[in-house]
Amino acid sequence: MEQFTLSYKTSPRLQEGHPPQLCGVVASGNLEVLVEPLDSADLCLIEVNTSAPGFRLIWEAVLSDFVERNRVAGVRISINDAGATPAVVGLRLDQALDAYRSAV
Amino acid sequence: MKNVKPASFFESSARVRVAKLVDAGSFKEFCPPQLRRTSPHLARLNAPVAFDDGVAVGSATLAGHKILIAAQEGKFNGGAVGEVHGAKLAGLLDRGVRELPRAVLLLIDSGGVRLHEANAGLIAISEVMRAVLRCQEAGVPVLALVGGACGAFGGMGIVTRLCNEIIMSEEGRLGLSGPEVIETVQGVEEFDSRDRPLVWRVTGGKVRRALGEATYLVDDDICSFRSVTAELLCRYQTKPLAPVDIDEISAEHARLTERTKRFATARDGREIFQASGFVDLDEVSLLPVAKFNQQLLESL
Repeated sequence: MEQFTLSYKTSPRLQEGHPPQLCGVVASGNLEVLVEPLDSADLCLIEVNTSAPGFRLIWEAVLSDFVERNRVAGVRISINDAGATPAVVGLRLDQALDAYRSAV
Repeated sequence: MKNVKPASFFESSARVRVAKLVDAGSFKEFCPPQLRRTSPHLARLNAPVAFDDGVAVGSATLAGHKILIAAQEGKFNGGAVGEVHGAKLAGLLDRGVRELPRAVLLLIDSGGVRLHEANAGLIAISEVMRAVLRCQEAGVPVLALVGGACGAFGGMGIVTRLCNEIIMSEEGRLGLSGPEVIETVQGVEEFDSRDRPLVWRVTGGKVRRALGEATYLVDDDICSFRSVTAELLCRYQTKPLAPVDIDEISAEHARLTERTKRFATARDGREIFQASGFVDLDEVSLLPVAKFNQQLLESL
C-alpha cells in the first residue's frame, strides 16, 4: 500500500452542510471515494490509499485535473484504491463530487 | 405511467440495493463510512481496506414497516466476513432484539469467512449466527435476500439457512462449500467449478427453491425482491413469529427425513427437478420465474 495526502488551494467553496457521500467499491481495478465537508474554505484535501505503489506522479496529474475541472474547495476527499486506471479514478471522483453536491 | 427500467439486483452494489429496496430516502446508516471503521487485520497485511468494511447496516422503512437492514458488498473481498464486518452484522441483529422492528433483512452476498482475518473472522460469523437466533427468540423474523454474484456460501450459507425466509433470484446461489472449494479439495472430476450450468444446477436459486430451502424465487430486479419482502412483512404483522416449540421441530425433522428419501439418488440438479415433477428437464433453466413457480406449485 502507498499513502499520501495532497492539498490544493482553490476557490470558490462548495455550499456548506452536505452530508458525506461514498461512491464506488474497493474491488480489483476500482476504488471508493468518500467526500466530506472541510473546515478550511479554500482547501481541497485529498488522501490517497492505493494498493499500487509507485504511481504518485500519475495520481498528482489526475487529481490536479479534477480539482481544476470542478473548482472544488471546502471538501475532504478520501480514496481507497485497488489499482484503478487513471480514467476510472477521474470518472469516480466526478461521480462522487456530483453525488455530494446533490445530497441534502 | 413512467417507464422505469428495472434495476438488476445482481448488477447493483450493496448500497444501491438498499436504496432501491426500502422506502425512498428512509435508510439511516449506523457506523457510516465517515467513521472509518476499517479492518485492522487487512491494514496489517498491507491489503486495501474499505471505509464500511464491506457491509452497510442501518434502519429503514419498507412499505411503511420499520425494519433493520444489512447489505454485504460482494465486490469487496467477495463479501467475506471479517471482524468489523461481522461485528456490524451481529450489532444490527442485537439492536433488533432491543428495538423489535417488524423484521431484520440481510442482503447476503458473501463467500463466508474472510480468511485474512482467520480466527477473528470465524468468531465473527459464529456471533452473527447466535445473534440471528437471539433475534428470532425475541420474535423478530430475520429474512435473507440472496441474489448477488457471490451468493451465500460458507458461514454465510449457514446464516442464510438460519433465517426465517430465504428470498432468492435464479442468479443467486446458496451452499456450504462453494464450487471452487469443492474442486480444490475433491478434484475437478468431483466438481468442475468452471462448468457454469453445473454450478447453477447445484447451487442456483431454482434448485434451492425446488428443494424447499429458498422460500421464494423472484426475478432478478430489486422491485421483485421488494414486493415479496413487503408481502412477508404484512404477513408477520398479522401473524407474528411464534416461539419455536417441540412439535414444530419434530415436524421439520420429519420433513427433512422425507426430503432425504425423496432425493436419495439425486446426484445433480436435473434429478432434483425430475423428482420435483418437472417434465422437460432441458427447459427448466430457461423457464421464466413465474412459470417455474407455477409448475413447481402444481407438482406439489
